[in-house]
Amino acid sequence: MRLTYPSNIRIVKLPCTGRVAVIHLMRALEKGADGVFVAGCMEGDCKYQLGNIRARKRVEYVRQLLATIGLEPDRVAMYNLSSGEGPRFAEICREMTEKVRKLGPNPIRVKGERKEKAA
Amino acid sequence: MIMAKPKPIEEIIQEIKDFDKVLVAGCNGCVAVCEAGGLKEVEILASALRMYFANQQKKMEVGEVSLTRQCDKEYLAEIKDRIGDYDAVVSIACGAGVQFMTEMYNTMRIFPGVNTCFIGVTDEKGVWSERCQACGACILASTGGICPVARCSKRLLNGPCGGSSNGKCEIDKEVPCGWQLIYERLKELGELKRFEQPTPPKDWLTSRDGGPRKMTKEESRL
Repeated sequence: MRLTYPSNIRIVKLPCTGRVAVIHLMRALEKGADGVFVAGCMEGDCKYQLGNIRARKRVEYVRQLLATIGLEPDRVAMYNLSSGEGPRFAEICREMTEKVRKLGPNPIRVKGERKEKAA
Repeated sequence: MIMAKPKPIEEIIQEIKDFDKVLVAGCNGCVAVCEAGGLKEVEILASALRMYFANQQKKMEVGEVSLTRQCDKEYLAEIKDRIGDYDAVVSIACGAGVQFMTEMYNTMRIFPGVNTCFIGVTDEKGVWSERCQACGACILASTGGICPVARCSKRLLNGPCGGSSNGKCEIDKEVPCGWQLIYERLKELGELKRFEQPTPPKDWLTSRDGGPRKMTKEESRL
């Protein structure tokens, strides 16, 4: 499979999405990412039983928090797919990129003073 | 331990919006356990505030610190050299911590970042419930280890009342009747005789009725 997906995506590898804490998603946005998605295993298939379920709750929490501080909740999303679904991963990357592109650049990076630190 | 709940971020923003440099100060004691005011919550709140003000194009520096406890001067003193760099502090410790910080740094504006709720326990991760109202005169010995002051909605000392139904309180079908719990516990212990003698009126002077409380342990004083 020689799949292509948008080159603007930066992958952060973790042993399990259960390791994703609220602050990781917040920092990504604060440092200038236009959007963040968490790609976890299918629900019910977590090797550690509940890692992806916990990640989903944290993603939902961050979405709510973003709404309260005037940012678009859709900049953060949770997807579930198995590690064998390469085409699905590429599709999600395109989908998320399109969704975030429609929202526009991260306003924090554009308006704030943290631009230089974002890189 | 003392349980607290984060205040809505809009409320915190409203308080600090006119300042330029704000320190978010957490407490690694009780409020860290109930996930309202520890190091993790400091990081999240500070990050959210920075993003909000950056989006508003307002220059705002948000610092972060989390102290071992905010109810002891020794730990509050750890920030004495840097607190002056800020215009205001959002303390996400319990009400005692916020007040003690205000007393220690009385020229500084200190705002609460949490609502302090009750003295309670961790039922399970993410779920906490009340157990004690700090009435100052414990009667757990006569009630089988279940407190009617904290667990009965009416704080009855002789219960249950007519609102108890199928072991639940009339205020909510999910809330167990404190006195039903006491009855069952005393039955297990074979101490139902306790119900034959009504509990005399409680002296509430040791509770809030006696005004703000203070205690001294003479042998501990320096």
